[in-house]
Amino acid sequence: MRSFIIRRLFYTLITLIGISIISWVIITQAPGSPIALTLDPKVSPKIIEQMMKNYDLDKPIYQQYFLWLKRLFTGKLYSFKDGRPVMQKIGERIWNTLLLNLVAMLIIFSLALPLGVFSARKQYTLLDHLGTFGAYLGISIPSFWLAYVLILGVVKLFGYPVLGMRSFATEGFDTMQIVMDRLWHLMLPSIILAIGGIAALSRYTRSSMLEVIRQDYVRTAKAKGLPEEAVYYKHALRNALLPIVTLLGFLVPGLIGGAIIMETVFAWPGIGRLAYQAVLARDYPVVMTINTITATLVLIGNFIADILYGIVDPRIRYG
Amino acid sequence: MPERNFSLRTRTLLLIFPVTFLILLLATLIFEGYQPHPRVNELIISSIGDASFLNPILAQDSASSDINSFVFNGLIKYNRNLDGFVGDLVESWKVEDGSEPVITFHLRKGVHWHDGKRFTADDVKFTYDKIMDPKTNTVRRSDFELVKKAEVLDSYTFRVTYKQPFSPGLATWGMGIIPKHLLENVDINTAPFNRRPIGTGPFRFVDWVSDEKIVVEANPRYHEGRPGLNGIVYRIIPEAALNEMEILTRGADYSGIFPYEYRRMTQVPFLKVYSQPSLGYTYIGYNFKNPLFEDRRVRQALTYAINRKEIVQYVLYGLGEVATGPFPNQMWYWNPNVKPIPYDPQKARQLLAEAGWKDKNSDGVLVKDGKPFKFTLITNSGNDTRRDVGVLVQRQLRDIGIDVSLELYEWSVFLNDFINLRHFDACILGWSLSVDPDAYEIWHSSQIEKGFNFISYRNSAVDRLWEEGRREYDMEKRKQIYWKIHELIAEDQPYTFLFVPLAISALQNKFALREKDVTGEEGFHEIKMEKAGLLYDLIKWYVPPNKAVVER
Amino acid sequence: MESQLKVLWRYFKRNRLAVGGLVVIVIMFVIAGSASFIAPYDPGKTEVSMKLKPPSLQHYLGTDQLGRDVFSRMLFGSRVSLSVGFVAVAISICIGILVGAIAGYYGRWIDSVLMRFVDIMLCFPSFFLILTVVALLGPSLFKVMVVIGITSWMGTARFVRAEFLSLRERDFTQAAKALGVKDSRIIFRHILPNALAPVFVTATLDVATAILVEAGLSFLGFGVQPPAPSWGNILTEGRTYIFDAWWLTVFPGLAILITVLSFNLLGEGLRDALDPRLRGRR
Repeated sequence: MRSFIIRRLFYTLITLIGISIISWVIITQAPGSPIALTLDPKVSPKIIEQMMKNYDLDKPIYQQYFLWLKRLFTGKLYSFKDGRPVMQKIGERIWNTLLLNLVAMLIIFSLALPLGVFSARKQYTLLDHLGTFGAYLGISIPSFWLAYVLILGVVKLFGYPVLGMRSFATEGFDTMQIVMDRLWHLMLPSIILAIGGIAALSRYTRSSMLEVIRQDYVRTAKAKGLPEEAVYYKHALRNALLPIVTLLGFLVPGLIGGAIIMETVFAWPGIGRLAYQAVLARDYPVVMTINTITATLVLIGNFIADILYGIVDPRIRYG
Repeated sequence: MPERNFSLRTRTLLLIFPVTFLILLLATLIFEGYQPHPRVNELIISSIGDASFLNPILAQDSASSDINSFVFNGLIKYNRNLDGFVGDLVESWKVEDGSEPVITFHLRKGVHWHDGKRFTADDVKFTYDKIMDPKTNTVRRSDFELVKKAEVLDSYTFRVTYKQPFSPGLATWGMGIIPKHLLENVDINTAPFNRRPIGTGPFRFVDWVSDEKIVVEANPRYHEGRPGLNGIVYRIIPEAALNEMEILTRGADYSGIFPYEYRRMTQVPFLKVYSQPSLGYTYIGYNFKNPLFEDRRVRQALTYAINRKEIVQYVLYGLGEVATGPFPNQMWYWNPNVKPIPYDPQKARQLLAEAGWKDKNSDGVLVKDGKPFKFTLITNSGNDTRRDVGVLVQRQLRDIGIDVSLELYEWSVFLNDFINLRHFDACILGWSLSVDPDAYEIWHSSQIEKGFNFISYRNSAVDRLWEEGRREYDMEKRKQIYWKIHELIAEDQPYTFLFVPLAISALQNKFALREKDVTGEEGFHEIKMEKAGLLYDLIKWYVPPNKAVVER
Repeated sequence: MESQLKVLWRYFKRNRLAVGGLVVIVIMFVIAGSASFIAPYDPGKTEVSMKLKPPSLQHYLGTDQLGRDVFSRMLFGSRVSLSVGFVAVAISICIGILVGAIAGYYGRWIDSVLMRFVDIMLCFPSFFLILTVVALLGPSLFKVMVVIGITSWMGTARFVRAEFLSLRERDFTQAAKALGVKDSRIIFRHILPNALAPVFVTATLDVATAILVEAGLSFLGFGVQPPAPSWGNILTEGRTYIFDAWWLTVFPGLAILITVLSFNLLGEGLRDALDPRLRGRR
């Protein structure tokens, strides 16, 4: 097991470096520049040149890459857009995105697993067909469209504020109200974020369950006279978890990517939105750092998934 | 197929999460209904974007400028009609003409920074030095390039000497002044000050939650007296539709609004809608490097062929005026005698025919020397108005036989790859201008290479007039110069000047101006739109107690 | 013995939802192909006096902010959505098959390196990558297709590789090798046809995703450029007028939903029909 972990870590590091280099190349080679984003006639070209020097943009790109790397580790990395330390900008938002994603994941798992299991149990009944259709609907809906329609519906119907993480002017309220308010603001974006995942995971759960049900060992267990419950709950569900764990690995980058649209529509102060704005502003330090952090999180997620995989399935051993 | 259902135990386990979730959802829905939003005597402004630098010498975006105008002061500021200046941080000033004009500013005494320290001429000198420092990432340096020297004569006197006569120079001293004692030993580009500013202005900085809001509160020691409002909250609401909802549910008091929202807003009983011509115009610029646009008759024909009235009526919902030249309508340097070119496709065809463009084979396409009249019109994406204008112009030009293809590019790409490199045929853009009429950088032939004269327009008569205008200090004489420029440029049509849009905003009607009249009696007056903007008298704004709204 | 195709069809037919999906897709294609004939108006014709009119007998789906007929624009927009879906997926399949086949057939270090590359690609949140590239390189229909294509081949590659890894050891492969048949011939003539089944499934599902991605890009302003109509940009342009003109939001959204749904149903139906293990006891 240990050699496996070491090898994996090594590969992860290489992957990470590869990603950061590819990102850097794409971003810097792309057209556009962080300077002179406004067409202000009072800004003379001399000033533009001077500012390019101040931002090290006149240096060769490999040098700029190492400068970025160095500054990242010495904590002297500043955003082009507002001069703030990049880690500070990311730090104040990354928890918001993680919160959103976490809640979305919770919703996905808590709704998809039961749905999948019940669907498999009652295969070909009305419940199954409804569930299937609903699942397909879920993965086919354009999320931003749904978000818009829902937001407008809620606002027109109830008049509740939906934007952002909390309602405006809630400073004086007591704790219970604040908690409820935050929860409310979390609801809509995480539900919409979760819809695609619920649909996909419930289908996956259903088919894994179905597959396992037909396996020999379940039939053997039933033949041995074990009660139905034990059969389903213990063996089938546990073995169906295997591919689900793998799916976890893919869910995380998908959620982070999907968060950009949700964060934009709901004005959720997360890193998806920060990244999007940074791309538009050619804020290289911020874009690079976010990309690298996201990739790291994803790689860690995959890594954990792989380890879990090894634990859950005794047949798989590494080394 | 197994028939029996799950036992109660398994069912509970599986269902416990979804049920909990649904209960939570319902609970939050119910709780949300009971939230009052008590706000008294505060102004809530909504903005599409977040600020970047709360430092007047570094800021370039409008959100930062808005906040900076609450927190900082300049030496002077424009009067309400935008045709003269009043002192802001100065009591008086003197301009001495000559080959090296001198402006002497006599600063106000008794002005304090928000942290209690005194404001003196050292702060002004410091601000100037920082702007001129090449390590400072500021775009304001060009404004002060013609300053020969800036000196502190004593704590309350500051003198500036110019290298040559430069009339737009006075206006540049509206620049916000930053405190020397807080910024002298730090790297100004990355200073935490930019996030937590200290100024001399009517409002003090309180808090900035990224992407959410910026809060300022009244400065009781402000030199013009404590502002009427207790504070201002600047909320960031990036979606227009949701911004509208916030205004309608009183989550925002004051906001710029779009033309298509105008009608709806005017019908809301608790809102007042204000509009006035903005300080800028939208235009189509023709690249003189393209032989298609060399002939003046062709450019004039293009303007004849575009129905600008229709564009204003349908794209701007009538909330704008057709532009006639390089100055925004209604300003003192705008020439009312220059009439707009009317929409006349016949005349357009005639002019084009004179220039050699004919529809040889009646296929609806104009040709000259075997080449069809074809060009690409570009503009930036993300601007609905320009996009719609582009589509309309495309069709209108097609009607007289010109093949126009429309392309939209992301802003930064648009600037860097097309405009700056002069690689385009024609572009739709807009200028947002300063109050001073000098637009040398846009029109002078010296600015063709690297400046903002990216259409490569050359007219030596106009060049001379721009140079004169910058040297002339007398307002009446300047007016004559700029009126002449307006005439000449309108004849040349280097741009098709499309329109000057109205700047529209909505304000909750609970705000009033609180002023003491001659007898000392306090009275409330309606807030009026000034040329200088609705917020000109911001420090007098007040919410009379009977109008305070205590519900959502 | 029934031919493979006929067997496939028999199982597929039973899944009514999937058949429904297929029918809808066929209809979409017919519409896209005959858009020029069916459309009552020129989709680009602006008539500003008729701006933002609700659905009526004259304009079945209403008009947009420049007075253009929404129904006609939607008809032509179907071409964009379908072509983006197909071209993007075609690109991604080609790359995926190539990478997967080579990795699966040759194995060992080639496999390691290629799979590492796949991992790297998978780590990029794909939407963000697409957005970055399109935003920076300038949007155009072609660029959108290519970018979606080169960021979604990884799934196909994995499937194909898995198939190749198993099929490589089979008798017919060994026999061909022993006979001295060239590698490339073995790959393309012998193994690949057997490995293609899951590729069809992924392809269909990927079309659905590609259409959603294009809509998402349009939503952010980086899809097909005006004045060309696409469902995504009708939706985006209509976003501003959401209170005044609900038809600009509802109809394109529904169209995207129905199309994507059909592709998903078709893909799942294919998967069920092709999977011998799920053919069940009924």
